[in-house]
Amino acid sequence: MENFMKLEIPSLSQNEAFARIVVAAFSAQVDPTIDEISDVKTAVSEAVTNAVIHGYENKAGTIIVSATLTSNRLEVTIIDYGVGIGDLDQARMPLYTSKPELDRSGMGFTIMENFMDEFHVVSEPGKGTTVTMVKIFGRTDGMEA
Amino acid sequence: MEVKLLRAGSTLVVRMAGELDHHAVDKLRVKIDAKLALDGIHNILFDFHSVEFMDSSGLGMILGRYKIISEKGGKVLACRLNPRVMRIFNMSGLQSRIPVYSSEEDALTGA
Repeated sequence: MENFMKLEIPSLSQNEAFARIVVAAFSAQVDPTIDEISDVKTAVSEAVTNAVIHGYENKAGTIIVSATLTSNRLEVTIIDYGVGIGDLDQARMPLYTSKPELDRSGMGFTIMENFMDEFHVVSEPGKGTTVTMVKIFGRTDGMEA
Repeated sequence: MEVKLLRAGSTLVVRMAGELDHHAVDKLRVKIDAKLALDGIHNILFDFHSVEFMDSSGLGMILGRYKIISEKGGKVLACRLNPRVMRIFNMSGLQSRIPVYSSEEDALTGA
């Protein structure tokens, strides 16, 4: 059976916790482990934080978080209609950040890639960014970094 | 996010509780930096005992304090990291710059 959810939120930093908790709660119905849920929470937090800080540069905007659950497979998508990313290869490099002055670690995409089973990012400057991630619950290698 | 800031000699002890994300870090940074500007504070110890969640925003905040403290010749220390926080810590390479201890006492002796 397939289940889905969709959440539309303004780009406020207090919604980072809200979004990750919603996706974690949605995933709970397939009995993931605590580590698997933590992986999902962290990855969603990274994507929504990127939308707030980089996509909308701390200005007003709308973030769409949607998720589909098909047996033990979670697919989660985070969309913003912000400034977009010009150089995706550079953005995905560990420790690279476009905003070092804001104390950003440059680890957001690296964490998303490591904590989830699949990670895709599509972006167009001036149009926005879409991050799609998949987590397969019940895999024994879920904790491998 | 709750935080307690204490002074132990020349070390500022930052006892954190709750979720260390972008929203929490923006407020925490201001509180910490106000104390770091005080005379006689050279080092900083982050106590993660009650931190239930941390993402890359938490890493960024720690990295930023590391830059401030190490420019002044001080040390940044950390203690009581749970395995989740430790995993993110290690992924960023912070463990090569910031020694991790099992208690505040051990960290302060090390400082």
